[in-house]
Amino acid sequence: MAACLALMAVQAGAQSNVPDGRRQRELVHMVRQDCGSCHGLTLQGGLGPALTPAALRERPREGLVASISGGRPGTPMPPFRGIVSEGEAVWIVERLIEGFPSDPGAAGQ
Amino acid sequence: MFRRLMTLVQVTLPALLVAACSTAPAPSVRGTGDLGVIIERASGQIQVVETSGRSRVAQVSGLGDLSHASVVFSRDGRYAYVFGRDGGLTKVDLLTATIARRVMQAGNSIGGAISQDGRLVVAQNYEPGGIKAFDAETLELVADVPASYGTEGKASKVVGLADLPGNRFAYALFDANEIRVTDLSDPRHPKTERYPAGKQPYDALVTPDGRYFIAGLFGEDGLSMLDLWRPEQGVRTILPGYGRGEQALPVYKMPHLRGWAVAGGRAYLPAIGRHEVLVVDLATWQEVARIPVKSQPVFVMARPDGREVWVNFAFPDNGWMQVIDTMTNRSIDTFQPGRAILHLEFTPRGEAVWVSARDDDKVLIYDTRSRQKLAELPAASPSGIFFTSRAFRTGF
Repeated sequence: MAACLALMAVQAGAQSNVPDGRRQRELVHMVRQDCGSCHGLTLQGGLGPALTPAALRERPREGLVASISGGRPGTPMPPFRGIVSEGEAVWIVERLIEGFPSDPGAAGQ
Repeated sequence: MFRRLMTLVQVTLPALLVAACSTAPAPSVRGTGDLGVIIERASGQIQVVETSGRSRVAQVSGLGDLSHASVVFSRDGRYAYVFGRDGGLTKVDLLTATIARRVMQAGNSIGGAISQDGRLVVAQNYEPGGIKAFDAETLELVADVPASYGTEGKASKVVGLADLPGNRFAYALFDANEIRVTDLSDPRHPKTERYPAGKQPYDALVTPDGRYFIAGLFGEDGLSMLDLWRPEQGVRTILPGYGRGEQALPVYKMPHLRGWAVAGGRAYLPAIGRHEVLVVDLATWQEVARIPVKSQPVFVMARPDGREVWVNFAFPDNGWMQVIDTMTNRSIDTFQPGRAILHLEFTPRGEAVWVSARDDDKVLIYDTRSRQKLAELPAASPSGIFFTSRAFRTGF
């Protein structure tokens, strides 16, 4: 059931909730820099696992989206619901799977 | 006018003669006690800085992936050993601003320590999990101590590495719920003692006297403490149940622990999953106070005189800083120095604090009494700031 809901979210996100350019830049910066404090700036892993395309190859997308939104109980991975929307989580997962963009730097004030 | 000119000639002529006789540039003699290093995490560079004039002295590049980089210093304060996330270990000469040595020592590293006698630099690694000791002079590998556990020979991520008197090192195993102490007094024959500890230690500290090793735990409410003067007593849980069974708040960045948490016989410790700083008495190990703070604390650092404790916070509240008065154990100031405040470092005697604002590409320098900003230095995506005064402190 949870997987089914997540899948629906994946489909919905793919169609309608694609973040705009400025938000994409914020998300890339956040993933590289702040997720990077556990997963590494290069996303090769640290306290948290690697998030490279090779590391994620066998992982179902909806599970990855659910991990971002809801966290992974029993591990240090916190839920990002409230910080990134479901659609944004889908967008992040898609970028991770294809090879995450480099950080353009923090957006202007 | 003429007299002034003559004076100038008298002063400059000998200097010119000396310069003319030497093929090398005139050596500039300086001490290193006011030097330090700023990590520029995204570009694999460090800045060498000095705290007397609050300026940048030099920049050194080619240090690899410096996300989560940390630094220890040689006992003469000349060399900085920089531990990169990618397993690079670089020995930087602060005086010439050059790389003296560099080795790739692991796949994924988290930091290191230097031995009491200054001869060994030890790295703590995530992948492959364990510690490695290097000759501080040459960076030649002298000991490799895997953090293996269980029956299948798995290697745990190592956290909280701290130097102890006697060229021993204490550290915690995130995956194995253990504290280990490795004696490297004979580095070719390391001896390791194992102590069962609490769940998922994420970092640790040793008190400035080298006696107590305290590991913060992610997996349970409480901390694990080992008395290194009486290790046969094993690990004791301190501040048990500080979360009072309440739902933990999300932790978007793991706190960091080091000996800076100790002030006035008390340790000021970040709670995990609670927006509190916990205060424990180091004589009785009883909770003295819990101080509500703005968000999830990351660095809880006592000013060198111990009168104040400065706190920064995890994403998404990482633009904030709070100051706690240790006489009243209350927050006395809350302010926003900039965007993404990743680290702070006090000058050796604590009159100023240097603060890195990653997303503003600046390091901000504050007077610690007035909390007025004294200066700003440009820095590309700055994270850790490390001053050479660490060379003389156990646990740094």
